[in-house]
Amino acid sequence: MKEYRTITEISGPLVFAEVDEPISYNEIVEIETPSGDTRRGQVLETADDIVSIQVFEGTEGIDRQSSVRFLGETMKMPVTEDLLGRVLDGSGNPIDGGPDIVPEERRNIVGAAINPTAREFPREFIQTGVSAIDGMNTLVRGQKLPLFSGSGLPHNELALQIARQATVPEEESEAAEASDRPSGDGGEPRGGEEGSEFAVVFAAMGITAEEANEFMDDFERTGALERSVVFMNLADDPAVERTVTPRLALTTAEYLAFDHDYHVLVILTDMTNYCEALREIGAAREEVPGRRGYPGYMYTDLAQIYERAGRIKGEDGSITQIPILTMPGDDDTHPIPDLTGYITEGQIYVNRDLNSQGIKPPIQVLPSLSRLQDEGIGEGLTREDHADVQAQLYASYAEGDDLRALENIVGREALDERQNRLLDFADRFEEEFVDQGFDTTRTIDETLDTAWDLLSMLPEDDLYRIDEDYIETYYGESEQVEATADD
Amino acid sequence: MSQATQTDDVREDGTISRISGPVVTATGLDARMNDVVYVGDEGLMGEVIEIEGERTTIQVYEETSGVSPGEPVENTGEPLTVDLGPGMLDSIYDGVQRPLTVLEDQMGAFLDRGVDAPGIDLERTWDFEPSVEVGDEVGPGAVLGEVEETITIDHKVMVPPDALDEGETAEVTGVESGSFTVEETVVELDTGAEISMRQEWPVREPRPTVDKRTPRIPLVSGQRILDGLFPLAKGGTAAIPGPFGSGKTVTQQSLAKFADADIVIYVGCGERGNEMTEVIEDFPELPDPKTGNPLMARTCLIANTSNMPVAARESCVYTGITIAEFYRDMGYDVALMADSTSRWAEAMREISSRLEEMPGEEGYPAYLAARLSQFYERAGYFENVNGTEGSISVIGAVSPPGGDFSEPVTQNTLRIVKTFWALDSDLAERRHFPAINWNDSYSLYREQLDPWFEDNVADDWATLRQWGVDTLDEETELQEIVELVGKDALPEDQRLTLEVARYIREAFLQQNAFHDVDRYCPPEKTYAILGAIKTFNDEAFDALDAGVPVEEITDIDAAPRLNRIGTEEDWEPMVEQVEENITQQLRELY
Ligand SMILES: Nc1ncnc2c1ncn2[C@@H]1O[C@H](COP(=O)(O)OP(=O)(O)OP(=O)(O)O)[C@@H](O)[C@H]1O
Ligand SMILES: [Mg+2]
Repeated sequence: MKEYRTITEISGPLVFAEVDEPISYNEIVEIETPSGDTRRGQVLETADDIVSIQVFEGTEGIDRQSSVRFLGETMKMPVTEDLLGRVLDGSGNPIDGGPDIVPEERRNIVGAAINPTAREFPREFIQTGVSAIDGMNTLVRGQKLPLFSGSGLPHNELALQIARQATVPEEESEAAEASDRPSGDGGEPRGGEEGSEFAVVFAAMGITAEEANEFMDDFERTGALERSVVFMNLADDPAVERTVTPRLALTTAEYLAFDHDYHVLVILTDMTNYCEALREIGAAREEVPGRRGYPGYMYTDLAQIYERAGRIKGEDGSITQIPILTMPGDDDTHPIPDLTGYITEGQIYVNRDLNSQGIKPPIQVLPSLSRLQDEGIGEGLTREDHADVQAQLYASYAEGDDLRALENIVGREALDERQNRLLDFADRFEEEFVDQGFDTTRTIDETLDTAWDLLSMLPEDDLYRIDEDYIETYYGESEQVEATADD
Repeated sequence: MSQATQTDDVREDGTISRISGPVVTATGLDARMNDVVYVGDEGLMGEVIEIEGERTTIQVYEETSGVSPGEPVENTGEPLTVDLGPGMLDSIYDGVQRPLTVLEDQMGAFLDRGVDAPGIDLERTWDFEPSVEVGDEVGPGAVLGEVEETITIDHKVMVPPDALDEGETAEVTGVESGSFTVEETVVELDTGAEISMRQEWPVREPRPTVDKRTPRIPLVSGQRILDGLFPLAKGGTAAIPGPFGSGKTVTQQSLAKFADADIVIYVGCGERGNEMTEVIEDFPELPDPKTGNPLMARTCLIANTSNMPVAARESCVYTGITIAEFYRDMGYDVALMADSTSRWAEAMREISSRLEEMPGEEGYPAYLAARLSQFYERAGYFENVNGTEGSISVIGAVSPPGGDFSEPVTQNTLRIVKTFWALDSDLAERRHFPAINWNDSYSLYREQLDPWFEDNVADDWATLRQWGVDTLDEETELQEIVELVGKDALPEDQRLTLEVARYIREAFLQQNAFHDVDRYCPPEKTYAILGAIKTFNDEAFDALDAGVPVEEITDIDAAPRLNRIGTEEDWEPMVEQVEENITQQLRELY
């Protein structure tokens, strides 16, 4: 392998070097500094005589005397089922003191697109145990549903709560089936003891050590670590490395899901840091920037991450993604949440006001959305009345929430009876339905029964989004509901 | 994509000198603008987009990782074309017309690169039934016969428009009948032309027509707010801008399902994989409202999902509209949905910036407006070269960054299209669907389509609509006051107007795309629902005039039933009954 000492320019995260042989686009590069440090990078642009290289681990210490070696291949992730239980750095090297990883295979980290004809439309309900999600914005297996949060908000607690509680109810038959197949350890069904538990692939990008510990402690405490693969790029790790971390994680997830039948839950946090890294590289390349200085290709780039979720026909495994991002200035029109929302299949808003009111989890349901829920809820899936109840909760809560502004101006006395009822409804919705605590899990029946408790404070005529048969069955009858729900 | 046929003029191959993402520069390539080339050892498909001296710049339709300078570039000498012929319906293509099911057979669930396949099946045979005889004179575009392409659509086999000059005719010298592949000759002309079922056409060039007419027939959508307030014409253009999650895709899909077009071309341009999968799974199951046959039998899908190569995103809308033009030439009414045109514009921007072109507004190339209008110009109600009439309606979704309609793609699109369905995140948040804002939206076809609705639905169609629009306008004004002082401060008649407007919003404007019945509303039902609300309005004001307090009027239990007509399958008796009950209950009050 040829070594070059031909660096002509170093600029931010980029290194330019002259070459006299063809170097391929996206090829991996090793740069050795005079002090003997090795840095890895990737070819961003290649021409006959010069290449530009993006250096993952930062360019500090690199000088024009440093040597450059081209490894003749694009970036790969070594994959094996043994990655479960392991903690890796943002470039995929073990940092848990465990044994070396013996890969089954080395996979290109730029995942190929799933052919839409090979996809299976996601429609299996995941019970997260969180009412504001299950009842209002139901998650299904194979969906990509981000948390839109802000700095200092408890999005990590929520992500952990989901990772801890998520199950796919009534999966006994599938679990039994799974146990017939040979599996990694001792004939246990894939993807955990219940067959409905998820393997977790967790990718941290630029989060603080403290936040990282929150996750690690929880994983260890609940035993989730055994079925997790953790990638850690922390705040003081190199920023450019963040552009590969999610790709390594998703390559691992695809391997676990589609080669080993796991249902994988991928948590990516914090996508804002990822996007900042993209912006940094773009600026260093002196590209024409898109909106607010972020690269014009950020939509495509993010899509290449988020679209790596889903189900494939004939495969038992799946990839469900929960990316987390902190919206700069809590502004959802900022390019990072905006482009994300245009790609993902909905979003869950973590809200600052609700948080200061002590609502746990502080999910603002109005702007939240799950686009894949329609085929995942209803009779035989969750419950017959689910879609109607949800629509009614939305309509009534939105109306009640609107009235708060009016109440501030004219006072409660100036409002009529119906309006007063809706105001009470909105309050109770937040206090009883949304606020359940980070440690409580609710079944979908409990969630819907809680909803009927609230709806029953409105007159039947106002429940125009609900089928009259359901009103008859459930209205004001939350006790009886328990019994009927089972059949 | 058409398997580029060998051309007579052999052209020099070139060598790659530079690679930057989807943009590759080659030297020594003898090429014309827009020639299709095969790049590198793997033969990745690309298109020439700039020629500067020795240097030729190519946009590559596939991922370029691992490609190196020095690898060859081979020119086909042909522009980007599509294969046109039977077999396009019930198919799904990528942005350069590679059939995705064939690709799946060849390379499994993940899309690999460097694989090509013809746009239409070259092996399959079709039963050709000629409609001409030896000795007939035919002109360009003339229909020579047909094959049953799907259970819904008879595919017309035509003289390619460029096989004869305009006005020129030729004599039929040979006619076959029976089973043939798309490449076999079925008709011979005295010019020596051997005509098969397959044509090729360059995607960036509109197929010729004789004349564009004023569209006067609505594209009935089955969506109350569209047919009722903002109708689109067959041959018309519409834009649906809206922030993420506001309902662009659901609206486009509802149109693809229920609009009374003969042919639907659905272009998923830079959007989600699962949305295409949903269409692939649903459409074969759903009945076409016009014929009852599976929807797929009238549908052609084009999918360049957001994670597929960006250059193919640029081409997918052209692939779609060229296929649309081919069916228009057969005399069909075609509807093309492009979701989302913003992704197409962004693809242009990305390629342009890699070419280091001078950026225009927000980094978009200066030719953005021109490209958009060239595209929408290909819509219309046409007189075809073969004397038939056909139409292409184009409905483009627009995804403005931050939901801000002042950005260049929305603004440039609005300058061209005649129907504007403005989606509103506020409405979407409160789950008022479709979240089409009735104050901001418009249709410039309204007046020219009224005669059709008056002849075919009800003769007071326009009058009733105007009443609805006026009531909603009044509500908007009153709401401003209510927000300051509360509803109780309003006089009784205005409070009643607010109540009537609420029913227009809830019973008429809202429509649940996921409800088995509500998702499709025939224009007769659209009319009847608004009519029933008007009945409530008229009776209620009579009661008010007779001195009944407004609380009592709005309290009658027959009125909330207006909200349930939409979801009622057997709606006619229900409308009658609701109107009767409302009338009776209100008259009992005085
Ligand atoms: N007519 C409707 N009836 C019921 N629900 C609807 C309707 N229109 C939209 N929705 C709801 O809104 C959600 C978002 O709609 P859609 O996916 O069409 O948004 P979009 O504008 O295409 O967003 P994006 O730009 O991100 O693709 C849907 O998943 C559905 O839940
Ligand atoms: Mg959409």
